[in-house]
Amino acid sequence: MIHTLSLSGLTLSRGERVLFSDLSVTLTAGQAVAVTGANGAGKTSLMRAVAGLLRPDAGQIDFRDGDKNLIDAEEARGRETHMLGHLDGLKGSRTARDELGFQCDWLGHTQDGFDDAVEVFGLKPLLDLEVRKLSAGQRRRLALGRLVGSPRALWLLDEPMGPLDAKWRAVFASVMKRHLDADGLILAAVHDALPIPTRPLDLGGLS
Amino acid sequence: MSRSPRFPKWRDPDPGLPEPGTPEPRAPGLRGATRVLFERELCLAWGGGGGPLLACGFFACMTAILPLAAGGDLKVLGPVAGGVAWLALALSSLLSLERLFERDLEDGGLDLLATGHLPLESVFVIKALSQWLAAGVPLALTAPVAALALGQPIQLAPLTALAALIGGLGFAFTGALGAALALGSKRGGLLIAVVVLPQFIPPVVFGSGALERAGQGVSPLSALALLGAYVLFAAVITPFAGAAAIRNAQG
Repeated sequence: MIHTLSLSGLTLSRGERVLFSDLSVTLTAGQAVAVTGANGAGKTSLMRAVAGLLRPDAGQIDFRDGDKNLIDAEEARGRETHMLGHLDGLKGSRTARDELGFQCDWLGHTQDGFDDAVEVFGLKPLLDLEVRKLSAGQRRRLALGRLVGSPRALWLLDEPMGPLDAKWRAVFASVMKRHLDADGLILAAVHDALPIPTRPLDLGGLS
Repeated sequence: MSRSPRFPKWRDPDPGLPEPGTPEPRAPGLRGATRVLFERELCLAWGGGGGPLLACGFFACMTAILPLAAGGDLKVLGPVAGGVAWLALALSSLLSLERLFERDLEDGGLDLLATGHLPLESVFVIKALSQWLAAGVPLALTAPVAALALGQPIQLAPLTALAALIGGLGFAFTGALGAALALGSKRGGLLIAVVVLPQFIPPVVFGSGALERAGQGVSPLSALALLGAYVLFAAVITPFAGAAAIRNAQG
């Protein structure tokens, strides 16, 4: 179980352009960090680097458990990390039921994970529809379902609230709050403030 | 009713205080994860656009064009039937490769697959195998029919199907590697064809060689063994190269 995520001296670049350099942040259980910054400041790249999808130019990304022991990065990412970008990985030609079921199964779920996800995000009426027929907000709710269906400690969220309406924003806020109360960690790239207590991390503008 | 302790009170009107402590997430187990991904890949490959039917239709068209182009004389067509079937097999196997990883890269599915329990190498193998089941096997069943129509002796039909089954597995692995290498490039489909077709030469040579030897009354086993060796080599090497290519495309 990830207790601490620490980034030290992290430098990321895309192509020739250095996004940010020497970034150090520590995130411990029960905390949420809201990453802000101008378009192109490197918010998404930061998420992808933590998820292991992008290799940093320099610096260290460490996952530690409650006793401060280092967790193998591959283990931490493959078993305890949710990465939910603005691309949600849902297949338009499959039904919502198939896709949510696959995501929960693939990422590892609890016994009632699927039902909980359906319940929390009100997905029941959508389950038999093809994903392509869902609206952007419905689709996002379906994608968020995996956070509930498959309990993982570290959530990397890229603009998670974007297409949600007020009602589901409130629901998602309570989901995040509950996750933090259960000693989860949230690292979210946002433009608007999250409706939960967060620590700010500003990546600034374009360098 | 048993309930996950991690989210204890989702369905209660009053949320109350969360229970202390967080249980370990339950892994689906490697076998479970393999199964669900395999099911999904098969579903995607068979559904939407009629993948296997398309490849088989393309295959049938190609073999039907040959008699129109070269004349319908069975004395001319018969000796080359096996070779033509293999050429058509190689080209038909290219058709659905572009969708294999590109679609997952475009919609973020690859990120999801990369954060699962299985390493990307296993994901690659599962995708290649489902490609074989969805395209290679139907093509291998079409091959003897097409070769027969071109004048191949009927007693060679089982061997044609068997060789196409084995070769199709090689096509699937090397083809998937090509698809992984071409990830993220524009005109990926063309690139895949150019990268992959040269690697299809050995199975085409061994496969059609087996048919030729059998046609001459010689045992085709040596050619089949070489074909099998190629497939084993591809199955061992391509997952590592393919996974590296996918990681590179994600970064």
